[in-house]
Amino acid sequence: MATIIRKELADHFTSIRCFILFILVFVASAFAIYTARQGIFEASLDPGPVFIKLFTTGQDIPSLAVFIALLIPVIGIALSFDAINSERSSGTLNRILSQPVYRDSVINGKFLAGLVTMSIMIGVTILLVGGYGLRMIGVPPTAEEIIRLFIYFIAAVIYGAFWMALAILFSVLFRNLAISLLCPLAIWILLGNPVFNPYISFIVPAISNSIGVQLMLARISPYFLFEEATMVLLIPVWRGYALLTSTTTSSMLLNPLSLDQSLLIIWPQLTVLIALTAICFAISYVVFMRQEIRST
Amino acid sequence: MGKKIVVETQELTKRYDGTTVVDHLNLHVAKNEVFGLLGPNGAGKTTTILMLLGLTEPASGTARVYGFDSTREPLKVKRLTGYLPEKVGFYDNLTARENLKFIAQLNNISDAESQRQIEQILEAVGIAEMADMAVGKFSRGMKQRLGIADVLVKKPKVAFLDEPTAGLDPEGINQILDLIANLSKTGTTVVLSSHRLYEVQRVCHSIGILSKGKMVVEGSLDELGREAFAEGRCRIEVETAEPSPQLVEIINKISGVRKVEAKANQLQITTDSDLRAEISKAVVQSGVPLIQVKIQAFSLDDIYMRYFHEG
Repeated sequence: MATIIRKELADHFTSIRCFILFILVFVASAFAIYTARQGIFEASLDPGPVFIKLFTTGQDIPSLAVFIALLIPVIGIALSFDAINSERSSGTLNRILSQPVYRDSVINGKFLAGLVTMSIMIGVTILLVGGYGLRMIGVPPTAEEIIRLFIYFIAAVIYGAFWMALAILFSVLFRNLAISLLCPLAIWILLGNPVFNPYISFIVPAISNSIGVQLMLARISPYFLFEEATMVLLIPVWRGYALLTSTTTSSMLLNPLSLDQSLLIIWPQLTVLIALTAICFAISYVVFMRQEIRST
Repeated sequence: MGKKIVVETQELTKRYDGTTVVDHLNLHVAKNEVFGLLGPNGAGKTTTILMLLGLTEPASGTARVYGFDSTREPLKVKRLTGYLPEKVGFYDNLTARENLKFIAQLNNISDAESQRQIEQILEAVGIAEMADMAVGKFSRGMKQRLGIADVLVKKPKVAFLDEPTAGLDPEGINQILDLIANLSKTGTTVVLSSHRLYEVQRVCHSIGILSKGKMVVEGSLDELGREAFAEGRCRIEVETAEPSPQLVEIINKISGVRKVEAKANQLQITTDSDLRAEISKAVVQSGVPLIQVKIQAFSLDDIYMRYFHEG
């Protein structure tokens, strides 16, 4: 499997696709720094740690957290939508599978290589914004902020892993590249789009008026789960949507939560994201194991 | 002949959506021979090879390579076998050498060893000067040769080649066939599929003819030659100037003649051996003018065509 990962990584780093994605990521971080600078300098900030606000503050342009939430699914899908079916149509799949390798290590290898590539992209973005932001505002991060950022990074990678696993699933299911690209994109537009999300803005409110039910339904969307996790991690005063259902909101004190309390709130969200990834994987495995590999 | 059988199938069957593609197939390939799997398109050649490699699950029956069950122990089988798919594909962005190296790595061949070996193999298949060119720029023939190189890299005990000469020019075909003939000399058993009899006749030691997923003929080339004469018999055709009923009587009396059928001035005679001399003598002595005597030696071609027409 290490061989496959190595080859896939080499492919990723030499591909034009990755180059474009990297440019996209850099442009996004540049915007994020710009918008954070505006926001922070206006000094209309909530209480709480300052450094971490670099990632969540936005004026006219959305903050970095929104950019990342927007980009991760795109990166995940772009890196994996043709993982299996392009190999099948180019006739390399049966050549590889006639070597002494397990079928699942082909999927695993491709998934892990994609994940490493994506982690590098997300990591670079966070470090870039963090580094430049540090120079800009001159407030060093506390240890807790660094840990929060690191957990946010992990959550982002898990969220990306879900989209990647979803894209791989479709690349196993469909032989046509266009279909295997459009299916995850359609799901992304419906469920995972942070800017305009038809599921959360229209479908969920149409089904029920109760906030409790709405929240439950919204949590079907992996984006919503990730957004909750992001908010709780990066805005320490935020307690998650669950509290909004009760009448306690008005009497709530706006003091930041400690790290372990924040973690406690987002733990279910992360677990569900991991579970969704695992489900996509399980289906991919089962289908791929039983699939005919002949190209014609 | 006491040869070791290294590839065999027993009652191997495969169905796709209710149609039986491979039908209770029994096949035996001895060590170090070149076995040709002949048959028209859709006869089940590729499916049989895929099942032998453990890439496709049979509906029933077993496929074995060196005693390992291809369905249950596919990894052990894959360690011993090399496979050249019909539509061979490479990573177009990698060079020939990189493509081969990747396969060597998947087979856990050390870098030092694979480097030396890849050099030799590229030389042997005649694409050494293109070794560092991206495969995307390769022609069909060069890709096919790289495909053979790809099989050789892992030093397989058994090589499965699916239509190795498809889409090649005559010169390319000759070179590939030479490579295949060399393989068996260096201790590799080769199973190749083809629908071109001439190629198979040239390099194969034994053949199996598939039709509608069934093995219709299997055996070594000389065995099949004998079998071709309808269980050791000859068919002799005699044409005379005019029909003659008493001639049938006369020929029937020649020893070794099994059956005589008269059709106008044509006689179809089935005999135990080549009796052309005796028969023509008898015809001439009977006073009927003889026009021609023909012996029908069934060539492999005839058998092949016969099954093709049936299929």
